[in-house]
Amino acid sequence: MSATNPTVLTDLLAHLSTGSVCIVDLTQTLSPDFPAIVLPPEVGQCAPIRIEEISRYDGRGPGWYWNNLSFGEHTGTHFDAPIHWITGRDLPNNATDTIAPERFIAPACVIDCTREAAADPDYLMPVEKITAFEQQHGRIPDGAWVLMRTDWSKRTDPVAYQNMDETGQHTPGPGVDAVRFLIEERDVIGFGTETIGTDAGQAAHLRPPYPCHAMMHGSGRYGLQCLTNLDMLPPTGALIVAPPLKIRQGSGSPLRVIALVTATSL
Amino acid sequence: MTKPLSKPKRKNPIVRTRLPTVPATTRARYTQGITAAAARGVFALQRCEDCSTIQYPPREACANCLSVRLRWREVDGAGELIARTTIRYGFELYFRERAPWPTGIVKLDCGPNVIVGLHQDCAPPPARVRVIAALDKGGQTILIAIPEKDTPSMEDDPILRETTSDPKFRKVLVTDAKSAVGAAVVEALIGAGADYVWAGVAEPWKVSRHLERIRQLPQVTVVPLDVTEETSVRKLAGNIGGKVDILINTAEYHRVENLAHSQGAETARAEMETNYFGLLRLAQWFGPALRSRAADGQSSATAWVNILSIYALSNFPAHSTFSASKAAAYSLSQSLRAAMQPSGIRVINVFPGPIDDEWNQLLLPPKLAPAALAAAVITALKRGIEDVYPGDVAQEWLARFLDNPKALERELAG
Repeated sequence: MSATNPTVLTDLLAHLSTGSVCIVDLTQTLSPDFPAIVLPPEVGQCAPIRIEEISRYDGRGPGWYWNNLSFGEHTGTHFDAPIHWITGRDLPNNATDTIAPERFIAPACVIDCTREAAADPDYLMPVEKITAFEQQHGRIPDGAWVLMRTDWSKRTDPVAYQNMDETGQHTPGPGVDAVRFLIEERDVIGFGTETIGTDAGQAAHLRPPYPCHAMMHGSGRYGLQCLTNLDMLPPTGALIVAPPLKIRQGSGSPLRVIALVTATSL
Repeated sequence: MTKPLSKPKRKNPIVRTRLPTVPATTRARYTQGITAAAARGVFALQRCEDCSTIQYPPREACANCLSVRLRWREVDGAGELIARTTIRYGFELYFRERAPWPTGIVKLDCGPNVIVGLHQDCAPPPARVRVIAALDKGGQTILIAIPEKDTPSMEDDPILRETTSDPKFRKVLVTDAKSAVGAAVVEALIGAGADYVWAGVAEPWKVSRHLERIRQLPQVTVVPLDVTEETSVRKLAGNIGGKVDILINTAEYHRVENLAHSQGAETARAEMETNYFGLLRLAQWFGPALRSRAADGQSSATAWVNILSIYALSNFPAHSTFSASKAAAYSLSQSLRAAMQPSGIRVINVFPGPIDDEWNQLLLPPKLAPAALAAAVITALKRGIEDVYPGDVAQEWLARFLDNPKALERELAG
């Protein structure tokens, strides 16, 4: 690596300090209050987020405050690695510790499905929604995150966020054809949502079941879920920084997701 | 006749809350058989294996033939009140604060004369009475004579009230009201006249038909409570800890894990998080609040109920890890009992056999209906029973355990 052209980074710092490049936090606060993924009770369960005090300037440690954390890999705002799904289990560099770090910074296209999701919580984004987006904002570049904006993160009541009834969860997600299109026609790096999964709440009933997990991970792509503040991103032009924890053979990881956005694009 | 309790007036907030005192808590070891039985709601006395004499008070040898072959046997409390008096002064703080104490001597039909606390509805001597063994605030046994036939509102008698934890007019926290058992306990409490029930709910996004059944009842207030999360327990204790008179811990995590086929520790860990650590967190945050209000007037804080499992006594290998978590909780509950003893708050442990729910689907009947378990909890509160073994399976396993714990271990393995 040569240091012949340091101006890119110094320029970036200058832009950040003047505010012409802003940082948008796309992360939910990691907290026990944030809802956890729901699976049938007879299968293994994701450990919930827990923050237990070790000491807080008290008899357990008079001069310091700290906590013990515990959580499953798929809690809070989190990253899905290809190894998460059985379709991606044999791929090279498929886990949080082996994915090349270059992959953690990528551009984002934000497709606004707010109206559709408000009208139908089981909304499945079709290919036509993507092509319509491209007609307006240009072709999705190779290696981009496609983020499905639904404003679902504005549902701060956990019950409304989970939106469950006796038939399970009702949250929007991508349709099967849309997932296939993004992989085969657009070579995206991954798919991101504001809901608790990259797939729709009822995606167990699609063919294949959980298409975004099955096909994205099966082709070495990633997932981001439980994102927030997608309404603060431009349709194109944002740069996503999303490095998961370097967990040995990790299938995913809670993480801080930030977006770099030029002020003019806001 | 006993004057029925009425709903207590609101507390005067500028008067100091009376601190709890308890009667003497130490007794000679050879007397403890009476307490072991009374803790289960049974009246037992020593019976000589050689001359069949039933004796009272307990001794190390038979007062009739000096045999040391004494066994604790359940006895019938029927007898005749032959003398009564009223003790108006007690040296110990507990008795002093609660004087006068109607006291009597009863000649039991089975033999001995016993000193009793007198229910106020007993007729003057000579009168037929029933003698019951009850646990006092210090956890030791006192004998109480009650009228031969039930009288109206007899449960509201002052001496009985000192040995029981009737939910009438009391405020109760049920830690998990989403389960079949939790909802049944809420319903039973309201049926027993509880003034107010806080219904704990974790993971509110998971719909529970049991919760939906009770959440509209006027006495019920749904509160967020996840016993696996310290902040949640702490917040609720901060909000209502100083008002809870009875805490009933129904929170339970049950999976069917047989060690012979199980994989990994995560399910077992989740069971421990709720069944053991959940109790620990509740004890840490609600225990002090209950203790401080143990003598706070008619509707003082009075009891803590743990729904354990008969599998806590001896591991049921078909439900290996669940049994272990309940054994851990049982052990901790004994420590909780020790912590509560100076205040007189009763810790009641309930050891049901398999409950008729989805996690016991493959077990053959008899299985305990949630409503039957709830009814046993209410009975234990009303009668001051400390160890409750509701249902046929629990009773049978207890008998086998008491007879020969090693034999039970072998039987459960097969």
